[in-house]
Amino acid sequence: MGSGTGFACSIRLNSSLPAEYRARYQNEDTIRDLILDSRTIAIIGASTDWQKASYFVMSYLLYEGYHVIPVNPKANTIQGQKCYAKLTDIPEPVDIVEIFRPAGEVPEYIRQAIAIKAKAVWTQLRIFDLEAAALAEKAGLKVVMDKCLKMEHGRFGGSLHYYGFNTEFITARKARPRLSQVRP
Amino acid sequence: MSERKQFGFETRMVHAGHIPDSEVGARAVPIYQTTSYVFPDTRYAAQLFELKQYGNIYSRINNPTTAVFEERIASLENGTGAVAVASGMAAQFVTFMTLLQPGDEIVSSAHLYGGTVTQFTNTFKKLSVKVTLVEPGDIANWERAITPNTKALYGETIGNPRGSILDLEKLAKLADSHHIPLIIDNTFATPYLCRPIDWGASTIVHSATKFLGGHGTSIGGVVIDSGLFNYGRFPTIADPSPSYHGLRFFDTFGHYGFLTKVRAETVRDTGASISPINAFLLILGLETLSVRMDRHVANAMAIATYLRDHPKVAQVHYAGLPDHPDYQLAKKYLSKGPGAIFSFELKSGSGDARENGRRFIESLQLFSHLANVGDVHSLVIHPASTTHQQLTDEELSLCGVTPSTIRLSIGLETTEDLLWDLEQALHAAFA
Repeated sequence: MGSGTGFACSIRLNSSLPAEYRARYQNEDTIRDLILDSRTIAIIGASTDWQKASYFVMSYLLYEGYHVIPVNPKANTIQGQKCYAKLTDIPEPVDIVEIFRPAGEVPEYIRQAIAIKAKAVWTQLRIFDLEAAALAEKAGLKVVMDKCLKMEHGRFGGSLHYYGFNTEFITARKARPRLSQVRP
Repeated sequence: MSERKQFGFETRMVHAGHIPDSEVGARAVPIYQTTSYVFPDTRYAAQLFELKQYGNIYSRINNPTTAVFEERIASLENGTGAVAVASGMAAQFVTFMTLLQPGDEIVSSAHLYGGTVTQFTNTFKKLSVKVTLVEPGDIANWERAITPNTKALYGETIGNPRGSILDLEKLAKLADSHHIPLIIDNTFATPYLCRPIDWGASTIVHSATKFLGGHGTSIGGVVIDSGLFNYGRFPTIADPSPSYHGLRFFDTFGHYGFLTKVRAETVRDTGASISPINAFLLILGLETLSVRMDRHVANAMAIATYLRDHPKVAQVHYAGLPDHPDYQLAKKYLSKGPGAIFSFELKSGSGDARENGRRFIESLQLFSHLANVGDVHSLVIHPASTTHQQLTDEELSLCGVTPSTIRLSIGLETTEDLLWDLEQALHAAFA
């Protein structure tokens, strides 16, 4: 259906992030801007196992045209993409650092994300660290936590709707063309 | 960075799930009467089949018109998503076929639609699933019936046909303490009168044929999930699935895991899909749900009160009346009114109750005698000989049905006309 141009109600469902932080770290405008304006996404914890959520997300983002860089010390390539052991080994600018590792490891990856001057950090569902997030914000990075990048892309792009999921997009405005057709 | 606007129920009834498309901008929901969808390239097609992309594959699995109905009802029920199917019976069936394995058990309220009792006690038995029916009013009955094999609790918000009201909050706590989902049939209440997810239910099923459609033109059902139940240790959702290359649905899809499995496996394999045109007609129904329900409830209250005070009526089972045992529960869970479907008992008077009931039904001029409920037309039926006919005497009495029970579904006709019709038929029944 496309995402339209009107209001998006913020999704309150299915988040472990304390409610008072949702407006800040699950901000609809931030999410939309990151999805539209980013090109290079580094996935920490990218898996070689086709069943893992990180594999699904990486596969989806590749198809949607993003440049995806897997970060995993145990692999050389994942889904045809050169794999790096550490975030700091990546020789090119990164827009989003996406974290698929347990919450306890988040502070270290956020420090690395700041070091490589990434534009944003994004932690997947059920993963967040409030102190590290504040650190990233202080360094000028945008922060999204406890959200799935694939679900959010599908939500803004309109495809999530086709699986009967509640996108919370309510508007009478005519839809925009699909994200994949307009994204630079 | 403030919270965005949260839209109200009525706005969701007419808008949720449908954004006018980017090409045509059709205001009404288009009917995509198609079986299949052209894939732009082979890589995309493969991604769809591997569940890596959300998109349309085949109308047995999903359809753009049906998706509007699904998202809209999910929004109204405060769910994370929905899967629409061929009927309410199919909605229950695919829910349990997704959750259960042979040897598993369900504990369910006995106050159920007769077809559900038959599905549970016969078809599920063939699949080696045991259903224990309990008198729902006492939470201890539920607790006693739970065994280590119990995988879900089940009940109807408003029980068919006696109008008993489930104590949703207590049941949700009980289910939670056993780490099993509470599944609620919300057909008689609709999300306008009650949203069981807000009281802790995990999953909702509907016969959309009833009030959601309202017009009695289309059979349909829907499963709505809250996404809040932790399926991490629930074998059928957490373990590798042999029917999807060992995929672990909860691990991979998180709070979408249950519904993704319902759609991609159970509905795929049972073929219980809804037709796009039925989904369209049900969408039209949803657009006026609150307006109709207010009127249904007002008419039902007037008629229940009239019958209660009628000398030929022994009892009225409507939880909107203060003498109903679940009146307090109805006030708590259904503050706008406990629906518009209820039953009553004729006095035996002279002659037997069954014969009086037959004469009463055959004398009605405005109430349609048929096997449906939740229609804009007022409906009447004699459960013991029709909707609950396959039940044993013991099951009948457990359901709260006697040979003299008459079930009404109150429609939108002029209140005085319905009262007139009942009066003349009661007179004829005892003439």
